[in-house]
This record gives sequence, structure tokens and C-alpha cells, in this order.
Amino acid sequence: MDRGLRRTRLVALAAVVGLGLTACGGSTIKDKETKAGAAECGDLRIAVNPWTGYVSNAHVIGLVAQDELGCNVTYPDVKEQVGWQGMADGTIDTIVENWGHDDLVKKYIDQQGAVEDAGLTGNEGIIGWYVPPWMAEKYPDITDWQNLNKYADLFKTSESGGQGQLLDGDPSYVTNDEALVKNLDLDYKVVVGGSEAALIQSFKSAEANKTPLLAYFYDPQWFFSEMDLVKVNLPEYTDGCDADAAKVACDYPPYHLNKLISTKFADSGSPAVDLIKNFQWTNDDQNLVSTYIARDGMSPDDAAQKWIDDNQDKVDAWLK
Amino acid sequence: MSVVAAPPVVSSKEEQPYVDPERNRHTGYKLLAILMVWLVLWLALRGHQTRELGLQDKTGFHDWLNEVRDWVQLHGADNWFFGGVLGGIADFFNAVFEFIQKLVSVGAFPRPVPEIGWLGVVALATWATYAAAGLRATLLVVFSLLAFGVTGLWSPSMDTLIITLFSVLLCIIVGLPVGVLMARRDRVSAAITPLLDAMQTMPSFVYLLPMALFFGIGAACAVAITVVYALPPLIRITEHGIRSVPETTVEAARSMGMTQRQLLWQVQLPMARRTIVVGINQSTMAALSMAVIAAFVAGPGLGPLVNSGLQNQNVGVAAVPGLAIVLMAIMLDRTTTAASERTSKGGGIASVSGPGVMLAGVVLERLPRWATEDAGKGEKRPRLTAAGRSSLLAVLLIPVLVAVWLSRYTLSLAEFPDVSNTPVLKYLDGASLAQDINDFTDWLVPAVDTFTLALKDDVSNWLLNPLQSLLADSPWWVMAGVLIAFAWTVGGWRPAVVTVLCEAVIFGTGLWNDSMVTLTMTIVATLLTMLVALVIGVAMGRNRRVDVITRPFLDAFQTIPPFVYLVPALALFGVGRFTAIVAAIAYAAPIATKLVADGIRGVSPTTVEAARASGSTAWQMITKVQLPMARQALVLATNQGLLYVLSMVVIGGTVGGGSLGYIVYSGFTQDPLFGKGLAAGIAITAIGIMLDRIARSAAARHGR
Repeated sequence: MDRGLRRTRLVALAAVVGLGLTACGGSTIKDKETKAGAAECGDLRIAVNPWTGYVSNAHVIGLVAQDELGCNVTYPDVKEQVGWQGMADGTIDTIVENWGHDDLVKKYIDQQGAVEDAGLTGNEGIIGWYVPPWMAEKYPDITDWQNLNKYADLFKTSESGGQGQLLDGDPSYVTNDEALVKNLDLDYKVVVGGSEAALIQSFKSAEANKTPLLAYFYDPQWFFSEMDLVKVNLPEYTDGCDADAAKVACDYPPYHLNKLISTKFADSGSPAVDLIKNFQWTNDDQNLVSTYIARDGMSPDDAAQKWIDDNQDKVDAWLK
Repeated sequence: MSVVAAPPVVSSKEEQPYVDPERNRHTGYKLLAILMVWLVLWLALRGHQTRELGLQDKTGFHDWLNEVRDWVQLHGADNWFFGGVLGGIADFFNAVFEFIQKLVSVGAFPRPVPEIGWLGVVALATWATYAAAGLRATLLVVFSLLAFGVTGLWSPSMDTLIITLFSVLLCIIVGLPVGVLMARRDRVSAAITPLLDAMQTMPSFVYLLPMALFFGIGAACAVAITVVYALPPLIRITEHGIRSVPETTVEAARSMGMTQRQLLWQVQLPMARRTIVVGINQSTMAALSMAVIAAFVAGPGLGPLVNSGLQNQNVGVAAVPGLAIVLMAIMLDRTTTAASERTSKGGGIASVSGPGVMLAGVVLERLPRWATEDAGKGEKRPRLTAAGRSSLLAVLLIPVLVAVWLSRYTLSLAEFPDVSNTPVLKYLDGASLAQDINDFTDWLVPAVDTFTLALKDDVSNWLLNPLQSLLADSPWWVMAGVLIAFAWTVGGWRPAVVTVLCEAVIFGTGLWNDSMVTLTMTIVATLLTMLVALVIGVAMGRNRRVDVITRPFLDAFQTIPPFVYLVPALALFGVGRFTAIVAAIAYAAPIATKLVADGIRGVSPTTVEAARASGSTAWQMITKVQLPMARQALVLATNQGLLYVLSMVVIGGTVGGGSLGYIVYSGFTQDPLFGKGLAAGIAITAIGIMLDRIARSAAARHGR
């Protein structure tokens, strides 16, 4: 035929020969083995909420379930509320770090009975207002809330309309900040940042440029291994002082983080149920894994594997 | 003196041939009067009756929406529609997705690898593209697919591709008949158009949760939300294509005694085929732009990778899958474009950017891109006969099948090999690319952030705050009156009526004050977008080389998921409304710039020559000839810029944009705020439709 066709044929021939050569060099499929006993556990779908500490919990549990119990683990990325909804409609099996969420507890555990509490994770959650280290050094008395008004001018920004700026985070986070500012008579305005990324980047810039910043933050959190943020002390928390959301004038309570499991999954008899219920570790453990992921850039599975290798005794305790 | 003064008046009229000075001056006076009244009322009454609502406060309407949601959630599973029909559809979607996924993307149990390995997929795609779209597109496809593999993103890229193509297929199945029906029945068209408007302007975060309720999280839900967003462009363009078939042709066909059915199949559809393919192209782009949003309901693919990079403040890790999405967009775009050029042998690409298809994402760029612009040259090659072509394709199928077979049984051809230790290729590995991007960001941010932060403060203090005070601190009825008067002055009674209706909706959502704050940001962002678009667009329109260099960057910014550049934007501009505005400009400026450039280039060369001959300077040429004559394009660019800006409101809410965007996002993340978030989404839609209709009427009045 014409030249174009002949050339194309040549290319095709070259491709076939090339392929043949590559095939000789490659290994065959049989060389790769599948994980043994995959049928025993079945699927395990661990919701992954959007903060790094949570990712650590999820992947440590997931990796143990996969390697020791032979589960087929998947990690759907969802926000807290979507995760709860997913447990109710059967598309999610478990949430492995839950911060309170009284409204969701009421709806899904008390009313619908679709979700069960699976015990504490051992992590203590702290919420509060933080300043970058350079500020705590320069203005040592700033860590007492009663001195905040004295420094309000420092925190003025183009967003805060003449008052000091208190930067808040992702809307899904638990917060009383607007009520606190009002009830403690602080000359501040709550400005919503919108995400964990916004908060961390703000702290980074503030420390690098020595600019003032007062922001909502929380622990456990990998970022503390990078920067020693200093907490501002609010009036001490006493039982019930936060009962009326509009009248709160005290610090956040310490949160005992827990795990959740969908009722359907709990009744399924999967060996992973016991693993999730037994899982417990400390803030330091979690921060270590989170640092591997966020600061050292390891993949969540590699980070989890590294921690598991170093802490086999703790893992064994979950599996007993 | 008076004798000398006469000629300049005449000449100045000639320089602005398209301006009716009489009417223009009137409009100007009227607008000035509105502004004066507004300022006086603002001074006297500011801060009163602004209808401000605290972040956690709700109205009865919001609570009612919550109750509806709760009811659906409790009874949905037993309901014949929610549980039966939608549940069935969800199962079907999931099954299809998993089937294709096991075919090309993930291990098909008990095999550790997919049924067809990467080599087989590449071979099949190459063959199919060559058959449908020609050699140039084929090379691009091969390059893109290999790039996905080399960067270590083979499996997530395949997942995103599956979701995108499956969604587009559904769009075609649903959209084509609807588009045809709308073209034939005006009443159907009038009924469905507002629905399409709403589907395109409603922020996706509003319907993520309800969709997750109906379809469960995962692939089915991702497909569902993608279809919602990608369907309108296809329907609109199909309708436009059928309607654009010349009346005389239709008449001629009728007089030959054709039935309606014959007319459709033998005349209208074939003649509109090219436009319809353009519609499929636009639909595909829209579908791909949902890849990251879908990750919020556990949609598989590249989206989750972008999100997790963002979570860890790792720009590089977020950018690599983001760039893969850009590459995929370019690949699909060029392939469908090339395929459409093949379907008809006529030259020139249809530009369908008429006011009929003005809403967000539907404007058809004139697709002239650096890659396809000189495609016509290739026509000179002797073409194969039809028989030659099919025998060639048949012959080529043999190595393709061999490749598929090999990829089933050889590990290195089934699972894309890790290239991090291969010479040369290792620099293209995902991890090292991410590192390069991080190094660049780490160098850039400290170098310029004092300047950018000062810029943010200045713009916020001198432009944003005063304007926001004017719009949001005025009593609501003053603001409502101002908007109606404005719409009436620039566009006549039609947009004024639409404005009244939209205002009623916004008022009804209980979020008047927040809406005005969002409106302020939208206006500022649109102004800045147009500033950027004018500067770059004029340069592109006047100089071909600038165009060739700039266009790939515009394409990239138009398709890269905004989540990728949020972290550097935060580093440069801090948290606040201005950062939200910057993100909106980054997203909206490319489309506006392209439209301006096309408009400038569209000015008739004879006019430009004439002006040059009469001794115009470059500046005079731009301001007195090219810009006035490209006015239609400028209005269209402004309109598109505006709608693109508005579609970034919610994403802006995650970096300090506040107001409606933050409320929508809150509704997505906080159970008790669901209703309020939905209401905020409705308010955003109302703002979008109001601004769109005002701009359209203004364009119709003053455009020519």
C-alpha cells in the first residue's frame, strides 16, 4: 500500500519484538504470593478522618488486622459526620478516634442504635488557645487569659475589625470560642481559618516572621514535635461548667478519645472486632507515628510498620 | 476657536464606532444617582437591620431542612424510592466500577494484579485512540499513561479515569435525549433550564451528604455527584447544536416529506454531531474537575492523594496527583477534540460561546490550542482509503492482543515497575517530583511573603473592608433596592424581576448578611480577575508568541484542583478573605484571559490595519480600537469570570473566606448545621443566577 501504512507496520513489528524481549526479562505472576488466610476476616473498612493523628491510629490497627488476622483492609477518607453516617448505612465499619460529638452520639448511638462505643484509645485530647514559642518568650505573662486584653492590639489584623484576632480551625472541630470571648469580656474577634492546614501554616509563618498569633489548636498533634506551641490558660475546667453552650466561661474539658464500631460489624463475628476494642496506646505513641508520616514523609503503612516493629509487645497485648 | 474645535468631536466619534454616547451618559448618571442615595442611606442607617445571624444560630427554615434530612435518614432504607430505586442504582454503579477496576486497576482476587496489566491497557488505549482520533492524539495518550505509571500513580489514575469515563457515559445516555427534547419543545426547555442553572451553581459540598445518604459513600456516590455537575453542559450544548441547524435546511427536509423522526436522525443529529462532541468534551472536563471533591465521600482515585497531601502540609505530595489530573484533562480534551475534527472534514472549529450557554463551565472556548492549532497541515498527507484503514487497524490489533496477553502473565508488565532506582526515570518518580516542588515552594515563600502579606493587608483595608461595610452594613431593604435599581438601569425590567426573585430567595434563607459579604468578595475577585485577564489577554491577542507560551499555563491552572495551591496561598497571604479571593482569581483568570485573547484576535484585521495606517500608537490601538471592538468578548469574559469566582466560594471558606462558603462547609461537617449549609448553598445559587442574568441583559443591551 502506501508509505504511511508500511511505516506503521514496521512500528508494530518493532513493538512486538520489543515486547517479547521485555517479557523474557520479567518474572511471572506466580512469583507474587497473596496474603494467607484472607477469607477468615473478610473486609474491614476503617474510616479515615482528616487529621494526621487519626491516620496513625487507622493504619496501625489496619496493618495489624491485615498481617495478623488476614483482613482485607480499606481506608475510606471521610469527615467525622460522613463516617458516622457511613456506619449507620453499612458502608463503614469503624471510627478509631472520636472526639466527643455529643450530637452524633445522641443520634446514632442512643436513638438509632446503629453505632456502638468500642472503648477508649488511651489518647487524651486537649483543646485550647495557643501562641507561637517566640511570643511566650517575649511576653511571658501572655499565657494567662487575664492578660489577653492587654495584648489585644498586637493581634489586630485586617480581618478582625479593630479587635484582636483569635484564629479558629476547621468547622468540624469542637469549639466554644465565640461564647468564651463574649463571656470572658475579651476584646477579640473569632476569625475562621477553615482547616487544619490553615492553622498549621499560620503558626509556621508567625514563628518564622515573628508575627503575633493566637489560635485554636489541639493535642495529640504531630505538629508539636516540630514547634513547641504554648497554651494560654483559660479559667480552669470544672465539671458541668460547660453545660450551657452559650454561657461557657471556662477551659475545654480533657477529652478521652474513644473508638466507635458499627453495630452490624460488631455482630459479624469478625476477629477484627476484638482487635479494635483492645487497641490502646499513648499520646506519645500516636505522635511518633504521626511525625513519621507528616514530617519524615513516610507512607502511613510504612510508618505504622516501623512503630509495630519497635513495639511488638503492645501489639501482642491487643491480640491476646 | 470654535471653528477649530469642531473636527476633533467628529473624529472622536469615529474612534468609538460602537458606543452610543447618548444612552451611555444617561446610564452613567443614573448609576451615580443610585450610588449617592445609597451612600446617604448607608451613612444614616448603617449597622441597622442588617439581618446578621451568628455562626451557630439557625432559623426555622434551617431546622426544617434538618428534620427532612433526619426523616430520610431514618426511613430511607425502607422507602421504595430511596431504598429501592436509588439503592438499586447505587449497587449497579458499584458493581460496574468494581468490575472495571479489577480489569485494569487493582488486584482481581485471587490474582494479585488486575486482569489486564499496564502494558495491555496502554496498548488497547493506543489502538483505540489511533482508530478514533489519529496519530497526534495517540502519542499524547501513550505519553500520559506512561507518565501516570512512572510517577507511581497507575492505579489511582485508572480509578479516576474509570469514574470520569463512566460518568460521562451516563451523561451521554441521559443528556442527549433531554437536550434533543429541549431543542424541539420550548416549554420543556423553559422548565429545565433553571434546573440546569441550579445544578451548575449549587456548590457540590451542599449535596455531598444527601448523595452519600442515598448512594452510600464510595464509587457510586462519586459517580452520582460527578453526573450532577457534568450533565448540564452536555444538555445545553446538545440543545444549542440541534437548534443551530439552519432553519432553511429543516424546512427543505420537511418539504421533502420527512417525518419528525427522520428529520432528527437524518438531518438534525448528523448536522449537530460536531457540536455534540464538543458538548461531550466539556462534560468530560467538568467530570474530571469533581475528582477531588468526590474524595470527600470516599470517591476513589487521585482525589484522596491530593487531600492527604494538603492535610500534612505537603505541597509536593498534593501537587503530583494534582498534575496527574491536569495531564489527564489535557489528554481527554485533545483526544475528544481530535475525534470531533475527524467526524467532519470541514475546517475551523465551532465556537459556540453565545449567550445561550453562558453559565459556569459551559462556555465553549474556541479550542485553538498550541497542540491542535496547526492540525490542518496534516491534511495534506495522502489519506488511506476506508478499506485500507480498516485492514491497517485489524493488523495493528495483533500486537495489541499480544501485549494484553503478556500483561496478564508477566509481573513487570502487569504492575507498573517502581522506577525510583532507574537512571533518568528516577527524577520523574512521584517522590522526587514532590521533593522538587517542595524545595521550590520553600525557596519561594520566604522570598516574597513580606510583600504578599502587606499586599493582603492593603487590599483588605482599603478595598475589601470599605466595600463590605457598604454592602453588608446597609439595612437589607436599602441593599435590596440598590440591586434592583442597578439591574433595571443596566439591563431593563427583565433582570430587575429576576433580581427581585433572587433577593426573595436569599432573604428566605435567613442569610442576607452573609450573602452580602460573599457578594462583596465576589465583586472584588471578579474585578481583579478582569484586571489580570485584560493585561495577559491583550498581550496574547496581539502577539502570537505570547499566546503560545502562556496557553499551557492557563490550561494547567484551569484544570489543576484548587486544593493543590491552597497551602502555598496560605503561606503567602495568611488566613483571610483575600486568600480566598486569590484562590478564586487563580481559578477564574484563565478562562477570562482566553476569552479576552480570542476577542482581541477576532477584531477584523482590516480595521487594525486602517488604524495603524492612520498612525495610532500601540496604546491607542488597544484602548481605542481593539478593546472597544472586542466588547462582546469582554462582557462574556466578565460573566464567565464571575461565575467561576462564585464556584470557588466554598473552597475559599476553608482558607478564611468566611460567610456563605464557610457555612456550606460547616453544614457538610457539623450535623446540626446541615440545614443552614443547604440554605447557604441555595443563597449562593441565587446570587449566581442574579449576577448572570444582569450581566447577560447588560451584554445584550450594550454589547453591540
